[in-house]
Amino acid sequence: MNTETTSHQKYYVPESSSIPIVFAIAMLFFGVGAADAVMGKGTTLLFIGIATVIGTLAYWWSVVIRESHAGLDTPQLNTSYVYGMAWFIFSEVMFFAAFFGALFYIRTFSISWLGGEGDKGLAGELLWPDFEATWPPMITPEESLMGDQAVTKGPDESMYLQGIGSLGTWLPLYNTVVLLSSSGTVHFAHMALKDNNRKRFNLWLGVTVLLAFIFVILQALEYYEAYAHLGLTISSGVYGTTFFMLTGFHGMHVLIGGIFLATQLTRSAGYNHFTDKEHFGFEAASWYWHFVDVVWVCLFLFVYIL
Amino acid sequence: MSAVVENHDHHDDHHGPKKGLMRWLKTTNHKDIGTLYLWFAFAAFLLGGAFAMGIRAELFEPGLQLMDPIRYNQLVTMHGLIMIFGGVMPAFVGLANWLIPLQIGAPDMAMPRMNNLSFWLLPVAFGILLSTAFMEGGLPGFGWTFYAPLSTNYPNVAYFVFAIHIMGASSIMGSINVIVTIMNMRAPGMTLMKMPLFVWSWLITAYLLIAVMPVLAGAVTMLLMDAYFGTSFFDAAGGGDPVLFQHVFWFFGHPEVYIMILPAFGITSHIISTFSRKPLFGHSSMVYAMVSIAVLSFVVWAHHMFTVGMPLVAELFFMWATMLIAIPTGVKVFNWCATIFKGSITYETPMLFAIAFVVLFTIGGFSGLMLAITPADFQYHDTYFVVAHFHYVLVPGSVFSIMAAVYYWLPKWTGNMYDEKMGRLHFWLSFIGVNITFFPQHFVGLAGMPRRYADYALQFAEWNAVSSVGAFLFGLSQLLFLYIVVKTVFAGKKATPQVWDGADGLEWTVDSPAPYHTFDVPPKVK
Amino acid sequence: MKNKLWALILYPLSFFMSADWLDVNMPVGVTDISREVFGLHMAIFFVVVAIGVVVFGVLFWSMWKYRRSNNKKPATFTENHTVEILWTIIPTLILIAMAVPASITLKKIYDHEAEEGGIDIQVVGWQWKWQYKYLDEQVGNKPLSFFSNLTTPPDQYEFNRVEKNENYLLEVDEPVVIPVDTPVRFLITSNDVIHSWYMSDFAVKQDAIPGFINVAKTKVNVPGIYRGNCTELCGERHAYMPIVVKAVTQDEYQEWLQSKRDLAEQIAYLTEKEWTSDELLATGEEIYETRCAACHQTNGAGIAGFYPALAGSDVVMNDKAKQIEILMEGIRGSQMQSFAEQLNEVEMASVITFTRLAWGNERSGDGEIVIPKDIVEYKETNL
Ligand code: HEA
Ligand code: HEA
Ligand code: HEC
Ligand code: CUA
Ligand SMILES: [Cu+2]
Repeated sequence: MNTETTSHQKYYVPESSSIPIVFAIAMLFFGVGAADAVMGKGTTLLFIGIATVIGTLAYWWSVVIRESHAGLDTPQLNTSYVYGMAWFIFSEVMFFAAFFGALFYIRTFSISWLGGEGDKGLAGELLWPDFEATWPPMITPEESLMGDQAVTKGPDESMYLQGIGSLGTWLPLYNTVVLLSSSGTVHFAHMALKDNNRKRFNLWLGVTVLLAFIFVILQALEYYEAYAHLGLTISSGVYGTTFFMLTGFHGMHVLIGGIFLATQLTRSAGYNHFTDKEHFGFEAASWYWHFVDVVWVCLFLFVYIL
Repeated sequence: MSAVVENHDHHDDHHGPKKGLMRWLKTTNHKDIGTLYLWFAFAAFLLGGAFAMGIRAELFEPGLQLMDPIRYNQLVTMHGLIMIFGGVMPAFVGLANWLIPLQIGAPDMAMPRMNNLSFWLLPVAFGILLSTAFMEGGLPGFGWTFYAPLSTNYPNVAYFVFAIHIMGASSIMGSINVIVTIMNMRAPGMTLMKMPLFVWSWLITAYLLIAVMPVLAGAVTMLLMDAYFGTSFFDAAGGGDPVLFQHVFWFFGHPEVYIMILPAFGITSHIISTFSRKPLFGHSSMVYAMVSIAVLSFVVWAHHMFTVGMPLVAELFFMWATMLIAIPTGVKVFNWCATIFKGSITYETPMLFAIAFVVLFTIGGFSGLMLAITPADFQYHDTYFVVAHFHYVLVPGSVFSIMAAVYYWLPKWTGNMYDEKMGRLHFWLSFIGVNITFFPQHFVGLAGMPRRYADYALQFAEWNAVSSVGAFLFGLSQLLFLYIVVKTVFAGKKATPQVWDGADGLEWTVDSPAPYHTFDVPPKVK
Repeated sequence: MKNKLWALILYPLSFFMSADWLDVNMPVGVTDISREVFGLHMAIFFVVVAIGVVVFGVLFWSMWKYRRSNNKKPATFTENHTVEILWTIIPTLILIAMAVPASITLKKIYDHEAEEGGIDIQVVGWQWKWQYKYLDEQVGNKPLSFFSNLTTPPDQYEFNRVEKNENYLLEVDEPVVIPVDTPVRFLITSNDVIHSWYMSDFAVKQDAIPGFINVAKTKVNVPGIYRGNCTELCGERHAYMPIVVKAVTQDEYQEWLQSKRDLAEQIAYLTEKEWTSDELLATGEEIYETRCAACHQTNGAGIAGFYPALAGSDVVMNDKAKQIEILMEGIRGSQMQSFAEQLNEVEMASVITFTRLAWGNERSGDGEIVIPKDIVEYKETNL
């Protein structure tokens, strides 16, 4: 393996490749399939799409890894990957920002106005006389007007902590502990790798992956709880909407991050990839993981506590 | 693994492109991809333009002559979407692909395969979008701004949503590529402050894109959820607010309009300096101005929403913030004038387009400033005054700058000079056409003609007829453009490497046409 | 003083302002605010024209002066701090000078407080018509309310089959009536998608947001008929929901209110009458044409993918009760709106009867008719 590089080495420009065009076609299936599925026209295309997207991506990355092992990437190319990953994470930050923005807007403006408070409180007085501005709204504006006939009804219970006594059974707290410690373990793994201690690295990384999947399972449990016992669904008014959209997208990112980390674990444990200096695949995964963790902290604050 | 290594070895001996269709499908070469983007954009421009001709034909006189209002709304929506996402943005990305590596002395874009993917996702996205034309319910007809709840109850929105998602993915990958290329692959000695302005303008644009395309993705996702999964982001019955949609959309939408003008600023700076034979006035203040415009563009979005009933403080804040943008933009306009001042100027086609850009864009900027005055916007909003404003900044703005760029760099791309006489003819027809089309729209707008109207009151008839005639003239002259470009690709006087005697920059140091691979060994920049 | 200043600016340009030019400019309007907004508009307009003259003047002059044939040797300067500072500061000052009056005017517009003696009218946008509710005027036990529909016949807009009226697309069956010199608050909202209530002569444009209320206050000084439009894309008939406001004197206003009350009594009487299917059909067809044909089309065939056909519809042919329910409640989440408030009992019965008998529905379906009493009954059992 040739990782020693010199500065005048050439930037690697790959020969023409059929991966991107295959991937684009996979995206065509995926896009049309997703739209078909949403509109109730069948899911075949969607599954073809998902399978081809995942297959192509996996192949693509395997090619990149092989190229790197063939000594084609220079420090300059590695820097490209580093910058690329950083900006990709920035784009993810902005995606979440849109949903957090929506949450803040709904909480500070639309709920108060509908409840008859603030600059546009006339809406509440005239159109929704019985709606009260509270967060979380357990009764939707429509319900306040039409009672049981309403289509959009509030939840029976929210995910907020119901008194200190139930702290012990409050899932979000467990989730927080799990995710925060996983950020720590992934950091320990990184240190181990830098010390060139492969066994310790694999161990810590393994723990991290385990924590990731525990988180996903806990989250699934929480959703089950919400749907089955709390009457809290994605259509329980804005509370259900923001709750499920924010935690749902976060959960999806945890899942992706977990798979990302698991891949690195396989590379290390199964194929002995990475050295103490060259391990950007792992580093990228760990950055992503820290990002997912930060998002969770914000979620915990604004969706579960405040 | 050995196959990869072999490829690598091949790469060293500079062979040219593959032959046939596969060259384009599989290419990783920034010049090929640039060419693909540019042709895609041209095609989209013709299609979007054909839709615009449909609009203008229907509006030629009051009454419904050619189509029912459903079809009309679909034309307007698709015209806006295609021109913005299929025309102007891909054209700028195409220019970025061609020029950034050449201008900073890099062998290619930083991530060539992803570059290819970014391009091919565009036909995919537009394919999905346009496929709705063949479904029951048809194309989207809710305006390019797709306000909820009109869009949430519309047939086929799911296709629209996923098309936008894919376009967004394409833009984000393209922008990451641009930023990484610029940050990581400059030739030794090419410091940030020495970087050509087109590169600078794209660095800032790419940053804007990465910041706002995900927000657009968020907006369409919320829309999808409201439309099909029973959420209530934009539904007061569940505690949401339709206006929330507009906030999210315009948080994307306003930076988006600067995404469509910043590269134009870069192009104009190059061309004006070249044909004035004089270095650009205030290179660094140009950079600061663009950065300020980009920063400000994040805090002015609600000037598109003055009439939605925001609280007074918000209206005041967004009015003031919007007005501030005139200052850095003014700096740019004045710098261009100062570059021309005491130059030694000739007026080839690129220069004609660039100067028309400065003048007509400024007129569009002036009407923008008028729109920013909130109480007056209560009168202007959603009338043809707005339509006139944004066509002035977009058509003789962005589109003229793209045409200027094409004339300016075409010899470098093809190795042939275009026909100067024809170029000038194209310019004058376009210049006259564009003004006849869009100037009268100020009048009908002020007199109160709302936009997105398939039919209108009699008092607006005369100026609409004038506008339609201008539009046909402008439209037809674009066929001339197509002819000139195609002709230049196949024939024409051979171009020298320098092409323009006043031109300055690394791209003029390589042959015309630029060899398939350039700067495999980075040049030294003093 | 301020006015004189205006006159000074406007005078040299007054010859531009012949009647023809007024047609292509913003209307001055008939309220204090609209005049102020007009002044603001003209002021910024002249400011930017002045800047344009200076900037383009310099540009064109240098283009001509420094053309290649006249100036072989270009200068090489790239900076000049003095001018750069100047062209940053001067525009800033100009902008401040524009922002101050604009902010003051805006603040006035935002004074939404209800005033003594003022009236509140709730404006509701519907696809594609406006409803006006006079919140302070009771008729029976409800506020006075009516709908305002376009009256321009399709023959005028479709394929220009007949000559167009003077007020083509700007005429409605029932204009809003308001008294002059009285503060009027329009409380604007919507029933379905976003619309926007735009009356240029009052300098009012406010979006109608479903579920929320926007306030626009106005005080008209000049009696007259004013015409405006919906200015937010609201579906295909966006161009066909005009606004007409009739500003009248206080006395006329009171008279008009009285006539509205009288009308309500007459309608109550009509519902008691025994109706024949021919009578119902006659009114029904007319109502269908103005209220339903926009979506379900004159021939009842609808538009595939958007609006279902009523000709041959199972509901229309065989399920009288269901059809009454649809018309009274609308279909949630679709563009099929509730007509309970839009049509009185007689109109409702006749339009349903019409759909049940027209386009061959009579032959293929049960052919039953609906009479006004059915509607009264429905209202009683469901309220
Ligand atoms: C390339 C695209 C582009 C650009 C560059 C701009 C530039 C500007 N735009 Fe425009 N705008 C659009 C594209 C663009 N816009 C589009 C597409 C829409 C409609 C979207 C839709 O609804 O569909 C829109 C709508 C729009 C609105 C909403 C109108 C409404 O719907 O009611 C407003 C309101 O403030 C506005 C303002 C401005 C301002 C202040 C600028 C400024 O950046 C202009 C600055 C430039 C100058 C001022 C000229 C040069 C300066 C000088 C010579 C210095 C001296 C000048 C002074 C001191 C005055 N724009
Ligand atoms: C970059 C963006 C861009 C560009 C280049 C254009 C270009 C043009 N636009 Fe467009 N326009 C928008 C962006 C753009 N527009 C947007 C965002 C909207 C708002 C949409 C919305 O409300 O949702 C809009 C809306 C809009 C309207 C308002 C519709 C309405 O509100 O009801 C009108 C009306 O005149 C119009 C006209 C034109 C015309 C005549 C051109 C011309 O410049 C086009 C000229 C080009 C050609 C004609 C193509 C080349 C020639 C051929 C293909 C040959 C065929 C020619 C003939 C038969 C003559 N546009
Ligand atoms: C703004 C458009 C619009 C107008 C105006 C309108 N409708 Fe509808 N109508 C619809 C739509 C859309 C549906 C389908 C709703 C659904 O099923 O989701 C519908 C459904 C119906 C149905 C049920 C049809 C079936 O087969 O299920 C009837 C009956 C009906 N409309 C009658 C009328 C009558 C009578 C009028 C006029 C008084 C009218 N509509 C006006 C849009 C409209
Ligand atoms: Cu109602 Cu447009
Ligand atoms: Cu804007």
